[in-house]
Amino acid sequence: MNTKLYEYILLLADNPLILGHRLSELCGHGPSLETDIALTNISLDLFGQVRNYFQYAAQVQGLGKSEDDIAFLRYEHEYRNVIMVEQANKDFAWVIARQFFFDAYHKPLLEQLAGSNDAQLSAIAHKSLKEVQYHHHFSSEWVKRLGDGTEESHTRMQDAINHFWPYMGELFEETALEKEMKENGTGADLVAIKPVFKSFTNEIMAEAGITVPSSEWSHSGGKKGTHSEHLGFILTELQYMQRAYPNMTW
Amino acid sequence: MKKEWPVWEVFIRSKAGLDHRHAGSIHATDARMAIENARDVYTRRQEGVSIWVVPSKEIVASDPDQSGELFEPAVDKIYRHPTFYDLPDELKHM
Amino acid sequence: MQLNTEDLEREFQAKIDSGRSIEPKDWMPEKYRKTHIRQISQHAHSEIVGMLPEGNWITRAPSLKRKVTLLAKVQDEGGHGLYLYSAAETLGITRDELYEQLHSGKAKYSSIFNYPAVTWADMGAVGWLVDGAAIMNQVMLTRTSFGPYARAMVRICKEESFHQRQGFEIMLTLCQGTEVQKRMAQDALNRWWWPSLMMFGPKDEESTHTEQAMKWRIKLKTNDELRQQFVDQTIPQIKILGLEVPDKDLKWNESRGSYDFGAINWEEFWNVVAGNGPCNKERLEARKSAFENGAWVRDAAMAYAEKKEALKEAV
Repeated sequence: MNTKLYEYILLLADNPLILGHRLSELCGHGPSLETDIALTNISLDLFGQVRNYFQYAAQVQGLGKSEDDIAFLRYEHEYRNVIMVEQANKDFAWVIARQFFFDAYHKPLLEQLAGSNDAQLSAIAHKSLKEVQYHHHFSSEWVKRLGDGTEESHTRMQDAINHFWPYMGELFEETALEKEMKENGTGADLVAIKPVFKSFTNEIMAEAGITVPSSEWSHSGGKKGTHSEHLGFILTELQYMQRAYPNMTW
Repeated sequence: MKKEWPVWEVFIRSKAGLDHRHAGSIHATDARMAIENARDVYTRRQEGVSIWVVPSKEIVASDPDQSGELFEPAVDKIYRHPTFYDLPDELKHM
Repeated sequence: MQLNTEDLEREFQAKIDSGRSIEPKDWMPEKYRKTHIRQISQHAHSEIVGMLPEGNWITRAPSLKRKVTLLAKVQDEGGHGLYLYSAAETLGITRDELYEQLHSGKAKYSSIFNYPAVTWADMGAVGWLVDGAAIMNQVMLTRTSFGPYARAMVRICKEESFHQRQGFEIMLTLCQGTEVQKRMAQDALNRWWWPSLMMFGPKDEESTHTEQAMKWRIKLKTNDELRQQFVDQTIPQIKILGLEVPDKDLKWNESRGSYDFGAINWEEFWNVVAGNGPCNKERLEARKSAFENGAWVRDAAMAYAEKKEALKEAV
């Protein structure tokens, strides 16, 4: 099996998996019916992407495993998502800030992956890109609405941006595997994505009247399997059925 | 509680070449959000290729009490319909 | 010519009797308007409260396929609530006013959602039985007299067709699975069977609104007729699953060509309606808190749009 490709797919897929999970918690609890439905659409898009990735990963792995084995039956340290997407749905501003930063990264990431020399990854990226363009637009519009809405929404939006700011660095931290994948033409170039991310997020935050935090320091570890305390609880729910009733068909 | 989001009427073209048809309504703060909410609510099953939204309060409707004078005069204008004309069966394509 | 109320009412009833629709701007008796606001909003509330028991299993769904189908289904229920609120709004009441009635306990919603969804098999049972029961009512309502309600029902029925199927498929998979899974399926059927029969409402002789509702085509069949139809339709499905009907009195009645079934525990029904069901408080709390916690978001979006509009006008 191509271990490196397999691992790289996990790096790509675990972010939408965990973010999709967080968004799915909100279904039925959104601030308006329309917004509830919109957030669920994003969650559904992300899970759709995850399934494409994991079906491919299972094939690359060649051990006869399924998308579900990969999604549900790994231990904490085997998940490769960044810590940012694990953060809780404290309020709607947190949901939007998390989405905004992730989308601002996800879109240029997929644009790059669309040109991957791996035909399957390229196809998944092409398909996902249309969805993510919409997410990207959705979340940035909400940053503007909340940032420039009422006093309360501004305070909450600023608080959320401040909270998520020190988690962003991890998105661009290039692991040895990502470097290698970039160099062999399979993977994305995180170094090139960063300025795209920066200029877009700065522009939106400026428009929203949000003060851009100045700190450069960032949490990290998720990509290497060291997560926040949140992940354990997420997995407790995500894996509950598969762990409690092993080896069954659902 | 302050102001509710205004109501918008949603019209959807289900595929290229067809008219937009009324699909229902949604709440949104402005035209842009209205288009997006309409997309999220009314096109989840590929129901559309194009969306129109109109603030509900901008819709001008005919008065049902006037429906007699508005629509009944058309009832006896049967000569506007092709079946009014009696033509020989041999005549094709007309 | 000025018509008096009596004439108007006669004309109105004649219109309904001839199968024509009533549209929001048409003249209608005040009682027709009020009854419709009550019924349509009760239906809308049932959809959005109905998101909660299933919603609580989304994060725990056992496979990715089940997760996305459940998520899509619960989302559809939100959509259906939205269509129905829209239909009610055409009668001159706002969505927030309708929410207020729900939150204050003035408006009701289907009592079935006050039962807990405790195992994964409940996702099967709810989709199969609860949606199955709801669909029977909804198919009937596609021919109801009030245009916006009937049209919302057409859209809802179209979308709901997958809901019951996904529920039954979940049950079928469990029943073809391990012993543990079969037991889980039987247990879910045991718990949801009777509440599903209660969904059709009180017995005909105790149903106060039936006559008026039939006159206005809000109801085309009585509660007992629909309940019987549901039983007759569902028993063969239970047999396909290989499960037992939790009713020792169930018996095929050759002369009626229908199943006779046991007595429903109406005391339980009225208790749940009165607020004493296992989850009444949680369900209402969840709805209230979504609404209250969302207030600042809705206000912010409104304020933002007004600011932008003012800027546009200033230019």
